[in-house]
Amino acid sequence: MKNVLAYLEDSAKKYPEKTALVDEKHSLNYTEFIESAKKIGSKIIDITGNQTKKPIVVYIDRCIESIEAFMGIVYSGNFYVPIDNALPEQRKKLIIDTLNPIMIICSKQGQMDFLKYRRNILLQDLKDSCINEVQLDKVQCGQIDTDPLYAIFTSGSTGVPKGVLVGHRSVIDLIDNFAEIFGFTHENVWGNQAPFDFDVSVKDIYSTIKAGGTMYIIPKRLFSMPLKLVEYLNENKINTAIWAASALVMIANFKTFDKILPQYLKQIMFSGEAMPNKVLNYWRSYLKDLQYVNLYGPTEITCNCTYYIVDREFTNEESLPIGKKFNNTDIILLDSERKQEVPRGETGELCVRGSSLALGYYNNRKKTAEAFIQNPLNNDYPELIYCTGDLVKYNERGELLFLSRRDFQIKHMGHRIELGEIEVAVNAMDFIESAVCIYDEKNEKIVLFYQAKQVCRKEIVERLQTVLPKYMWPNKFVRYEKLPLNKNNKIDRTKLKETLEED
Amino acid sequence: MREKVIKILEDVRADIDFNNLDKKLMDDEMLDSFDIISIVGEFNEAFGVDISVDDLLPENFNTPEAMVKLIVKLQQE
Repeated sequence: MKNVLAYLEDSAKKYPEKTALVDEKHSLNYTEFIESAKKIGSKIIDITGNQTKKPIVVYIDRCIESIEAFMGIVYSGNFYVPIDNALPEQRKKLIIDTLNPIMIICSKQGQMDFLKYRRNILLQDLKDSCINEVQLDKVQCGQIDTDPLYAIFTSGSTGVPKGVLVGHRSVIDLIDNFAEIFGFTHENVWGNQAPFDFDVSVKDIYSTIKAGGTMYIIPKRLFSMPLKLVEYLNENKINTAIWAASALVMIANFKTFDKILPQYLKQIMFSGEAMPNKVLNYWRSYLKDLQYVNLYGPTEITCNCTYYIVDREFTNEESLPIGKKFNNTDIILLDSERKQEVPRGETGELCVRGSSLALGYYNNRKKTAEAFIQNPLNNDYPELIYCTGDLVKYNERGELLFLSRRDFQIKHMGHRIELGEIEVAVNAMDFIESAVCIYDEKNEKIVLFYQAKQVCRKEIVERLQTVLPKYMWPNKFVRYEKLPLNKNNKIDRTKLKETLEED
Repeated sequence: MREKVIKILEDVRADIDFNNLDKKLMDDEMLDSFDIISIVGEFNEAFGVDISVDDLLPENFNTPEAMVKLIVKLQQE
């Protein structure tokens, strides 16, 4: 198997009438799904004139059509780039400039109106076409398993988002592992929570298609209404959830299970940020028989590289292990120089070796070379590893524990954010003399310390709205007439961080 | 109370003009779950109420007026 389309073709043969995807308004069976994808693919080939391995942007919504577009793009031999249309224009432009996509697919007319980019097309226009099997076959013959499947953009410390480019092989490696370890079958019913520009959704989409299962795209607003969310899970007999940890936290925070319990849920997997045992213990006290799985990994190694199936009791204060590596993945803990392995039991940077490695950051060789490096333990032939920047260690049971970051990347509201990117945006404002961001972990707030002639919180927010997505805006603003400096004449982050602890 | 509610809402979402809404905050997904969690936490603290999961419905959060009504109701209980 060299292409994820084999999953779709296989399931369409086995379960032609079975419902594959459901959103608020529509549902699609496997036959309809594959036909639609082939139509879209044929039309793209027609329009772009047989170009392959090129980026095609999809303005995503929480609807089936986004996934039809993804698969159509794969049929055309190109790769898809899901983008949230609600992103600020300037950020969208940065991403599109990096990509230079051969096509931009919109699902609504409205998305096209305020776009100034070339090659906009409505999804409906792609669907109104015929399947050209000859062309599709020709394209597939030219594909290999290291060809790109998708690119997902993530925060970049220098102010430019990075497009993590992932190939078919990496996704196949991941999805086959998931199916085997977690025993997915056509009876699994997935409740998709993650937006399609998050790679958490990759697991939902491809696990569903491989198993011949059904995936419900849960409306976003239900995640603000826990009672209705659980009702939805029950009505649709959803038994599998691969969610952001924050969604589980929300359900626990509002003591939802005092009122209603999920009746069909069997497996729940979470990732994105550390799962507090306090939250997990709440879940476990109500739903004892569920399989709980802690998943860990950055987008650059294709979703996850380690997993921990919760198999024992934890106190609220303990931290949950990120567990062990997946099959066909290797984990190396490197020292701060990235030269040697640290002794067993000591803290090191988690680095990954395997087919799961992304192909790199699209059109960004410099950043790619910084994070994807030659394995320092191998001097004999070229072999890349990905350095996650996460500091971890093994506990006495041989399970990995996440400890902290080695840089200024944070996890906030389920998003991975480089504080440097916010700083670049704020420092670009003419009324700001200098500024730094610090994450207040205890209160889960991004705090901006800035030096300016006067208080200008409102002005900062107004400007930030045009460049950064909402989850990157600081939650607290502290103005200084003069920011404290350390002995190297740099802004004293340690001192500023201490002021947070004093509060 | 309305001013205080608006102030809290603006602190959470500086980009929304809560005095001139043309859409419903919850039904139209203007607020996400993180916003709701923040807002509920702030309301509980500021108004001495305990907003429960039963209260997390669009009719209580679609407009600042609905939120005021909910808080008043909870304060009287």
